[in-house]
Amino acid sequence: MSLTNDYIKQRLVEKFGEALTNFDESFGVLSFAAPAALNLKVMQFLYDDEELQFRFLTDLTAVHYPHQVDAELAVVYHLYNFREKVRLRFKVFVPVAAPQVFTATKLFESANWMERESYDFFGVEFVGHPNLKRILNVDEMTYFPMRKEFPLEDQSRIDKDDEMFGR
Amino acid sequence: MARPVSHNTKVKMVEIPEGYSSEGFFATSFDKVIGLARKNSIWPLPFATSCCGIEFMATAASHYDLARFGSERMAFTPRQCDLLMVMGTIAKKMGPVLRQVYLQMAEPRWVIAVGACASSGGVFDTYSVLQGIDQIIPVDVYVPGCPPRPEAILDGFMRIQDLVGQESMRRRHSQRYQDLMNEYGIQ
Repeated sequence: MSLTNDYIKQRLVEKFGEALTNFDESFGVLSFAAPAALNLKVMQFLYDDEELQFRFLTDLTAVHYPHQVDAELAVVYHLYNFREKVRLRFKVFVPVAAPQVFTATKLFESANWMERESYDFFGVEFVGHPNLKRILNVDEMTYFPMRKEFPLEDQSRIDKDDEMFGR
Repeated sequence: MARPVSHNTKVKMVEIPEGYSSEGFFATSFDKVIGLARKNSIWPLPFATSCCGIEFMATAASHYDLARFGSERMAFTPRQCDLLMVMGTIAKKMGPVLRQVYLQMAEPRWVIAVGACASSGGVFDTYSVLQGIDQIIPVDVYVPGCPPRPEAILDGFMRIQDLVGQESMRRRHSQRYQDLMNEYGIQ
């Protein structure tokens, strides 16, 4: 039997009940939102289950929604089932003031660098990560550049030589 | 009988500097002779990170021929080079590397910033890009353009040659030069 999105959803609802919300399907990929505290449990269930077998972490990234009060930061997981060639996506939301999410590195080694990247650019703190430090930006950087809190043309910048640009 | 060999009669020689000469001797100042020797044999270190580097490759190739200026000898070790040619976007993370390369060069050393990115950050008005290499190392000549044509790079190079040829022997010991270096935290 091939794995359908409806069946995956049914299994997830059976297991987690009301906890999972916002079920949606775009471009044939099932997506939903999970509480931040349940992210590992959901992933472990999807990994272990003999029928679901989502055993590959395709991508892990973050998104900043500045107007979503108390759920400003989203961490997005893309999972893949190699046997059935089925993809799945789920998000967990955390407030920007307390951006703690459990690390997925225990389950997927590949999450290591992707979580470091999400930390580097969005400031998501992955609890239990073995080496949570900046990966692409300079270590001295004091901000998280991909957060939508900077004006596009920032006049307060001091590293730009205005003379060069006639400003 | 004339031989079937044609010689290039348009060879341009470097002009003899001002001095005193007579039967069997020529006297001039060290400044002029050393300047002459240096400016016509500058060893460049290409630090190419993006499209300006491609333009530089054209500059160094046969058509534009940087060898005409005595600079065909690119070296990829800073220890043997006189001229650091920075061509391309320098990310903030690359900054310490570039600075280290500059520090490893022996005096006298010159720096040319080729293109908008190396000079000012260019279009990359962003958190990750160094807004001009003169924030970390002193620059002698800036070449504008995005990217500059090989002619522009050659023009910048000839301006470097002018600087090299006219530099006084004492410049690197001067207080002004020390102050410049201290400004960048070098020494």
